[in-house]
Amino acid sequence: MADVKNTGDTSYEMGMHTEQLSGRSQQIFFDSEDAENMAYPWAPDVDFNRRTEFDAAELNTKEINNQIRDLMKEGFGSIVIKNPGAKHSVAVGILSRLNLIIEGSLGYFGCGLIDGPNVRISGRVGWSFGENMMAGTVLIEKNAGSTFGAAIRGGDLVCKGSVGSRTGIDMKGGTIIVGGNTGAFSGFMMQRGRMIICGDAGKNLGDSMYDGTIYVGGKIADLGVDAVQDELTELETAWLKRKLSQYGLLEQKNVAQFTKIVAGKQLWSYDNLEPAEKKIIL
Amino acid sequence: MCGIAGLIHRGTQSDIGSEMTSMLQSLRHRGPDSTGFAVYSVPHADSYLIRFKVAEQEDIAAGGFKIHQEIEQRKVEVDRRLAELGVSILEEEQATEYAFRYRFSFEGDLENLAKYVEDVEDTEILSLGSALELIKDLGDATSVSEAYKLGGFHGTHGIGHTRMATESDVDIRSAHPYWAFPYNDISVVHNGQITNYWIMRREMERKGHRFMSSCDSELLAVYTADNLSNGATLEESLRSSIIEIDGVFTYLVATRNELGMAKDTMAAKPLVLYESDDLIALASEEVAIRAILPQEIDTYDPYDEEVRVWQT
Repeated sequence: MADVKNTGDTSYEMGMHTEQLSGRSQQIFFDSEDAENMAYPWAPDVDFNRRTEFDAAELNTKEINNQIRDLMKEGFGSIVIKNPGAKHSVAVGILSRLNLIIEGSLGYFGCGLIDGPNVRISGRVGWSFGENMMAGTVLIEKNAGSTFGAAIRGGDLVCKGSVGSRTGIDMKGGTIIVGGNTGAFSGFMMQRGRMIICGDAGKNLGDSMYDGTIYVGGKIADLGVDAVQDELTELETAWLKRKLSQYGLLEQKNVAQFTKIVAGKQLWSYDNLEPAEKKIIL
Repeated sequence: MCGIAGLIHRGTQSDIGSEMTSMLQSLRHRGPDSTGFAVYSVPHADSYLIRFKVAEQEDIAAGGFKIHQEIEQRKVEVDRRLAELGVSILEEEQATEYAFRYRFSFEGDLENLAKYVEDVEDTEILSLGSALELIKDLGDATSVSEAYKLGGFHGTHGIGHTRMATESDVDIRSAHPYWAFPYNDISVVHNGQITNYWIMRREMERKGHRFMSSCDSELLAVYTADNLSNGATLEESLRSSIIEIDGVFTYLVATRNELGMAKDTMAAKPLVLYESDDLIALASEEVAIRAILPQEIDTYDPYDEEVRVWQT
């Protein structure tokens, strides 16, 4: 039997190992074209140049989500939702490419389980937003609630404002970016991926994290068990600049001054391989 | 799970009854068992308001023919005791068969009055003070509000609760809000679980405080009453609760002219806050705030161990 252990020492030092293992961007594709063209067999063939909108004020969650699916089946690739009214579980389970613009705020569990869409939200979002996100980009203009980006595996989840507690809890990949502050226990049991907090981080940051990297631009109240400070590399500084400028958050930030937090030790049984990769090794 | 909500108008009055009803109705999915309101009007200068019940809703369902007669007898006994103490009743309303509201004038000791009234079988004072009116019953916000004619209640602030019973029975005595007996005009709503409930309850009982239910949320009301009666400010009481009370909790406290909130050290229970110069609105979910403020607004989650107090 092969010895299963973390073979990513080099990339770990470079701070790049996590990006290789995240959601749809997992490196299971042999070339970039395969990855770009990956789509579920049942995914509707949408045209990004076809744009439509609907008013969600009088619709319940199920009706809103069905409306999104119906419009995608009709080939609309850009959909605008007006007056979402902070309703829960809106825009969940979208497993294909789509430009979704939400004019207003969402409640709990918005955009959960998505795999591919680009979403822009002009308001605030509630608890557990983007839970289990696999791929795509989500940009929130205002604040977010607690457990933001819980257990995400891939994609970019961006909140320009501040977020609640336990941001990125059980995170397994992807990138979470917070323009403002984050609450206590952010990065709790983080396993992979990257989190950028431009403002201050609450207490117990990175508590019980196994892996992954957290970058903090402001003050850290205190670190959780097993989380330690590490040195920021030039490659990471370049990556931070690129990521923050991509979402309009770079202005007036000296990313070279960001604090980098990683796991000081890992759970004895932990490795950062995907199940498919384990099968190859074993 | 439970849902909590609160709002306070600063420097003005509003239709608090309807606003709180809308907020709590939109939180119905968090707690369908019972709904409660604690709403505050401008304090009456020379009179008090009392809301009390002489039976539970379930007593009527299970009590057969005699219960109606017993309710009448209990009410007569309450009236007799009030008269004996020298209470002059200025207004009298009957909300349901078992729930009553009096406005009265009285110059004696209110704590003694409360204890004497609650000594009547199955009688519980829901609220007592010069500004607070506390209403709670089984059912959703709309049905409770309609039964107790809460729509059109003008006041400055209020808190409310939709309950999913987890720690105690589905009955009125376990419903929120809780009046901080015997401290006038103090009410509490809570979402969470208090894990050192029995330790704290025994401590409070040793100090002479009374508990009407086995609901852990009642502890917060009694704890607040104890602190305030010992001279603490509302903010000091809220801050000390984060240290002294174990568990996961978010709770709101209202006084005659204040609204306060506290979140535990884990921030495990939700609260969304909207704050402007003339209005503060808080709720377990933003959808409740949207029920009264449909326009685009900025809201945020208070953090762990956060305490805030606002004045009318």
